[in-house]
Amino acid sequence: MRTTASQQTVYWLIRIITYFIVFVIASIVFKIIYNGLPVINWEFLTTMPRNSGAEGGILPAIVGTFYLVVGTMIVAFPLGIATAIYLSEYAKPSRFTKTIRLAIITLAGVPSIVFGLFGLGLFVIFLGFGASLIAGCLTLACMVLPIIIVSGEEALRAVPQSLREGSLALGATKWQTIYKNVLPYSISGMLTGSILGVGRAAGETAPILLTVAAFYLPKLPKSVFDQVMALPYHLYILATQHPDADKVRPMAYATALVLLILVLGVNLAAILLRIHIRKKYRW
Amino acid sequence: MKAIWKEKAVKLLLLSTASTTILIVISIFVFLGKEAGPFVVEPGLKELLSTRWMPVSFQKESFGILPLITGSLLVTCLAALLMVPFGIGASVYISELAKPLEREILKPFIEILAGIPSVVIGFFGFVVLVPLIKACFRLSSGLTALAGGILLAIMAIPTVISISEDAIRSVPTSYKEASLALGASKMQTIWKVTVPAALPGITAAIMLGIGRVIGETMAVMMVTGNAALITAWPFDSVRTMTATIAAEMGEVAFGSVHYRALFCVGIVLLLATFGLNVVAQKVLKKYRVA
Repeated sequence: MRTTASQQTVYWLIRIITYFIVFVIASIVFKIIYNGLPVINWEFLTTMPRNSGAEGGILPAIVGTFYLVVGTMIVAFPLGIATAIYLSEYAKPSRFTKTIRLAIITLAGVPSIVFGLFGLGLFVIFLGFGASLIAGCLTLACMVLPIIIVSGEEALRAVPQSLREGSLALGATKWQTIYKNVLPYSISGMLTGSILGVGRAAGETAPILLTVAAFYLPKLPKSVFDQVMALPYHLYILATQHPDADKVRPMAYATALVLLILVLGVNLAAILLRIHIRKKYRW
Repeated sequence: MKAIWKEKAVKLLLLSTASTTILIVISIFVFLGKEAGPFVVEPGLKELLSTRWMPVSFQKESFGILPLITGSLLVTCLAALLMVPFGIGASVYISELAKPLEREILKPFIEILAGIPSVVIGFFGFVVLVPLIKACFRLSSGLTALAGGILLAIMAIPTVISISEDAIRSVPTSYKEASLALGASKMQTIWKVTVPAALPGITAAIMLGIGRVIGETMAVMMVTGNAALITAWPFDSVRTMTATIAAEMGEVAFGSVHYRALFCVGIVLLLATFGLNVVAQKVLKKYRVA
């Protein structure tokens, strides 16, 4: 009998642990929504900040994050997909392939602040871009590259070998096969991974801290060599660096909520897309 | 003939694109080294071993990174202490004990946590956790290593759960069936058969989680108080390596000794996470073969 009792104890213990984690997540999300929602209105989303962020809106931060994400994807998506195609369709098990894989794993593990230092050293200083949108996008692109490559490869591998063999047997060349018979079936899977990359790029603060972000800049960027404001950095400033921290607390909650909606919305889209693909292509 | 040329061109193009990953890794090492390099000559690597981090001073600056390393270690250890029981407990529950519907809901829900930006978690910690710690332990300030450890555990737990859940689920059913057939209870089977069989995967999960914790910047910077002390007491304020770089890089003069020192800190950080990752991958690979 004793064993049954202790079994029950352990069962409930780990059940409580699991639901405690759920509770913590829920309370983070709830707290931000509860305090942020009343502050958000049309004016908050569409006007310039005034009085060093204490009043007005967050338009330049939203626009800045949007530009950063778009720029990052323009660089990272083609690079990542091409690498994934090479690794999944062309690469033979060789020392070179192994090195590429090691490089991807290494990149995936590099801390975001180190990417910031790298971006500062290479793009900002060595290439002379200065603190600018383009330096930030290139830095973030290096950071999200592994996510896009790994999910791209997974999507390509999910396409059955028979589809390739059928096309090759009909006399198509390797590239024709990939282009016409493999990519169309894996493109949505690749998009899923890229969307996750977008979420990561939008929420990351440390790399843009050193390469692009402006403390307070109430105007929109005109060229890729301009500095921009960004939502995560704006939140950090409002939360801990602002001289009048208590007064701007509602603004901080609202900024956090906008960022949360953006990132979680993007991630949710990726998850839904994944479910849709699994239903659509069941080989 | 044209088709063959096109094939070769495409292959070459893809090959060279794939090589950019290697190029990026190499240039990370090169450019960190390039900016940190002059520090070796003046004031010399010995300076890094001093026990005080005082980059701005009227008498003599000192750039000992020991307080930063112990700061990072303390926060990481605290996070690991929370991460291990919570991560393993939850992954065992989700993979072995939860009902199918429960699992379908729990898993994506916990995955959501992985998507919350670190600055938002840091903000939550700053407004909720820090005052809570201050009130619970009657401290003069809640900005402590403990607050950082808790927040980092919250951030790393989804990684740990999702990898160790995979490891636990890929233990062959025949192992469990054999154990149950021999009269072991469900719990005995889980703790004596399934978890030990998945242990390499769980270990790798924890190591990857720790890798994420060491490299995390914003959340720790917002809640640990950033005092460069050498301490092992969770209720002290600490300054981690990541927070030091993020907080000070904005204020240093380009090319100064302080600037070089921050790049040195970056290299230490890079090597630490690189080492952890390589070992974790080795463990994972070994486990896949077995």
